[in-house]
Amino acid sequence: MSSISDLTLDQTRRKLLSKELSAKDVTDHYLSRMEVYKSLNAYITETPDLAQKQAAESDARLANGTARPLEGIPIGMKDLFCTEGIRTTAGSKILGNFVPHYESTVSRKLRDAGTIMLGKTNLDEFAMGSSNTTSAYGNTISPWRRKNGGNEELVPGGSSGGSSAAVSAKLCLGATGTDTGGSIRQPASFCGIVGIKPTYGRCSRWGIIAYASSLDQAGVFAETVKDTALLLEACSGFDPRDSTSANLPVPDFSAALTGDVRGLRIGIPKEYRVDNMPEEIEKLWQQGIDWLKSAGAEIVEVSLPHTKYALPTYYIIAPAEASSNLARYDGVRYGVRQDKPALIDMYEATRAAGFGDEVKRRIMIGTYVLSAGYYDAYYIKAQQVRRLIRQDFINAFEKCDALLTPATPSAAFAIGENEDDPVKMYLNDVFTVSLNLAGLPGMSVPAGLDSQGLPLGLQIIGKAWDEETIFKVGGVLENAANFKAKPFQ
Amino acid sequence: MADLIQGETGTWEVVIGMEVHAQVIANTKLFSNAGATFGAAQNEQVSMVDAAMPGMLPVLNEKCVEQAIRTGLGLNAQINETSVFERKNYFYPDLPQGYQISQFQHPIVGKGVIEIDLPDGATKEIGITRLHLEQDAGKSIHDQHPTKSYVDLNRSGCALMEIVSEPDLRGAEEATAYLSKLRMILRYLGTCDGNMEEGSMRADVNVSVRKPGDAYGTRAEIKNVNSLKAVQQAIHFESQRQVTLIEEGKPVIQETRLWDPDKQETRSMRSKEEAHDYRYFPDPDLLPLKLRSGWVDEIRQTLPELPDQKKHRFMKEHGLSLYDATVLIAEKIRAAYFETVVETGKDAKLTANWVINELLGALNKDGKSLADSPVSAADLGGLISLIKDDTISGKIAKDVFAEMYATGKQAATIVEEKGLRQVTDIAEIEAMIESVLAEHPDNVQAYRAGKDKLFGFFVGQIMKKTGGKANPGMLNTLLKEKLDGK
Repeated sequence: MSSISDLTLDQTRRKLLSKELSAKDVTDHYLSRMEVYKSLNAYITETPDLAQKQAAESDARLANGTARPLEGIPIGMKDLFCTEGIRTTAGSKILGNFVPHYESTVSRKLRDAGTIMLGKTNLDEFAMGSSNTTSAYGNTISPWRRKNGGNEELVPGGSSGGSSAAVSAKLCLGATGTDTGGSIRQPASFCGIVGIKPTYGRCSRWGIIAYASSLDQAGVFAETVKDTALLLEACSGFDPRDSTSANLPVPDFSAALTGDVRGLRIGIPKEYRVDNMPEEIEKLWQQGIDWLKSAGAEIVEVSLPHTKYALPTYYIIAPAEASSNLARYDGVRYGVRQDKPALIDMYEATRAAGFGDEVKRRIMIGTYVLSAGYYDAYYIKAQQVRRLIRQDFINAFEKCDALLTPATPSAAFAIGENEDDPVKMYLNDVFTVSLNLAGLPGMSVPAGLDSQGLPLGLQIIGKAWDEETIFKVGGVLENAANFKAKPFQ
Repeated sequence: MADLIQGETGTWEVVIGMEVHAQVIANTKLFSNAGATFGAAQNEQVSMVDAAMPGMLPVLNEKCVEQAIRTGLGLNAQINETSVFERKNYFYPDLPQGYQISQFQHPIVGKGVIEIDLPDGATKEIGITRLHLEQDAGKSIHDQHPTKSYVDLNRSGCALMEIVSEPDLRGAEEATAYLSKLRMILRYLGTCDGNMEEGSMRADVNVSVRKPGDAYGTRAEIKNVNSLKAVQQAIHFESQRQVTLIEEGKPVIQETRLWDPDKQETRSMRSKEEAHDYRYFPDPDLLPLKLRSGWVDEIRQTLPELPDQKKHRFMKEHGLSLYDATVLIAEKIRAAYFETVVETGKDAKLTANWVINELLGALNKDGKSLADSPVSAADLGGLISLIKDDTISGKIAKDVFAEMYATGKQAATIVEEKGLRQVTDIAEIEAMIESVLAEHPDNVQAYRAGKDKLFGFFVGQIMKKTGGKANPGMLNTLLKEKLDGK
């Protein structure tokens, strides 16, 4: 008999509905796996008591016919989503003692859909990073290893590295993430799973600890495209408490998985052929193009001429917003305070001890680019370029229905590998940041392995509010790629 | 009525611009649903948003926007269809977010103009530069513990309108006239209670001096001026300080200064160099504010008659003097009282006299406001109609009013009870004249011989007999006829 953890989210859901499995069985199984693989450090806070309580409720509902759409499905919650009564750290020391009195909209919607929360997953501090190595609660270790026998510990990607590692290692069936510059798609690619960042405004930001408000967007991870469709449908929707949330109906995302992409026009942006792109990535991309072509899609070359400015633009706008968003962590009302007799000393000591290096770096960059005398040259210029980047996509989407690109410029790297040079680390986001600047939805689908046997993802970019086409294309790619590789092998 | 300072080197003109922070009357705060009323216990009106808890987001309160538009219309100002909320970044314990959400480059209200009334009866137009919406800060409390400070966040996030004037004011008198008129307009509109003592209206005063005709001088911004009196004192002190500096050959520094009411002086808070770099940028949590089409017009339809409109109407429609009209429109309730009295009493000028001199005089003496008046507008109208229809004389009416004020009774009741009804029967008055003339034949003779002044004597005697009730006009006419032997 196959193990519970061999099932996908959707398969588990069906077995729960048909009572072949109980929510208690499923939850206990995942809780025990969490124990076994604790060394991956995928969770900052585990919530087994809550999970078991929720499993009992799920079983009762499954028994009495009041099951909700995702009844009994155990998930991980990125520790950036505020959860009522459960410590929420944002991966930072400064919130090490912070227990919210409220539940974020996304986590509440998932709870109300019947999911079971196993715990709060690890992340880069305040979601700033691409490796999960800036977390104050230790690195999350990818369950994947290179084939070379070196057994180096690899990063799961970031910032949602705890979530991607947990889904990949089957320490949950799905997980939430947030994506400000690639923080869902890059870790999904590194861990060989599916990750989707919907259109900015699709999921409420209420209760998500802010990094860069105009870019932050919640999304989900799971093993399959269908699983992410189910999860995203549950956590999307208008929220009057978030002024940037869109008042639009949530489509039936899984219904978009028709397997039929005939006649769809898939754009290939030529500017994504960056210098020094590894051949493996190039090959994988071509493979993806071929798969879609043979499934009946039409391939068109498009141009996104301002692509090369996306990364520098992102590293002005995101830190600018972050420098302001993180001003509230001052030790006055909550969080870890370093007591000093004088106010300024208290501020300085609290923030010096509470924030890690990467967060401090971005606060300083952000403060600098907003300063008098530099504002026009940096912040205003970046906003202008951002508009151009957005316009690039609008123009490209006149010729196509979705874009296909690599998700990352490489497979997962070893912990410590890019630590010496922040810019090298920032380059991880080269294919992903443009979407955040343009507010567009994107998905990473596992499509192949590099020579070391590490997963590589392809990215599908959709028009604003057209996640359905992404799911459709994602489903076709998933079938064609037939990605069966698993970690721990 | 410009304030001019006589210096060593000549005459100096005092130039003032005002930044007024007016707390918006609304049930909830600008971006949260916490209550926004004055006087709640400390930290009782604080939402998760106001305390800047992680992940909390601002949502704009429509009522506050409506109030800002109302105010803009009341200031005859341009309402901007699109405005932008920005973050003004600085650290302070009573600023939980570490930034104040304010409007900077794109305020909701642009240029406008109001008319101020000067003590000599003249009026002057003062330009409004802009009005923008912003969050108030909380309150730091430093005197409850020897080493610790406390923070009260009740006010944190309450909506403020910052109303900026052009540097059109010339001295302390105009500055206070401006504040008074602004407060009057806000109260008429119901957008701010204008209470400077409770801090719901606060003014920063920009002061500079120049030789008349010269370009503007360097200005100092004075904070902590919390009353009309403080505004006057601070302007007098600061303008004199600047004149002295310049005449001593020293520069005036552009800086923020604090008014110290105890020492009666301004002193430097921070210079331009030390000024905060607020790093304004558009708040990414809030989309640009775009006003629904037609909304401004809908609000315009609901505007009350504003003080100046009312003043001009009172002068035109009721034939009042500028002075009377100005006094009567000073408060909305006062103007409404006046108009109710006119409705019953049918004589606007008489009513103006009675309201201003008798009623407001009496209330003022007792330290009462019009809202507490023991004499209702309808009752005062009743008194005036008794004067108008000759039931009582103006003189008797004053006694009746005193009785009304003391007892709350109606004028007609008092007149009946005390038999104060005026004698208007010609035969009766003639009889009294006959009797008095008969009693004083010598004086009659003297009068007729040319001693005109004795006319008053006869009037007095007759009034004495009638207890003052004889109709004075009729008495005069009839007495004259009798004495002149017609």
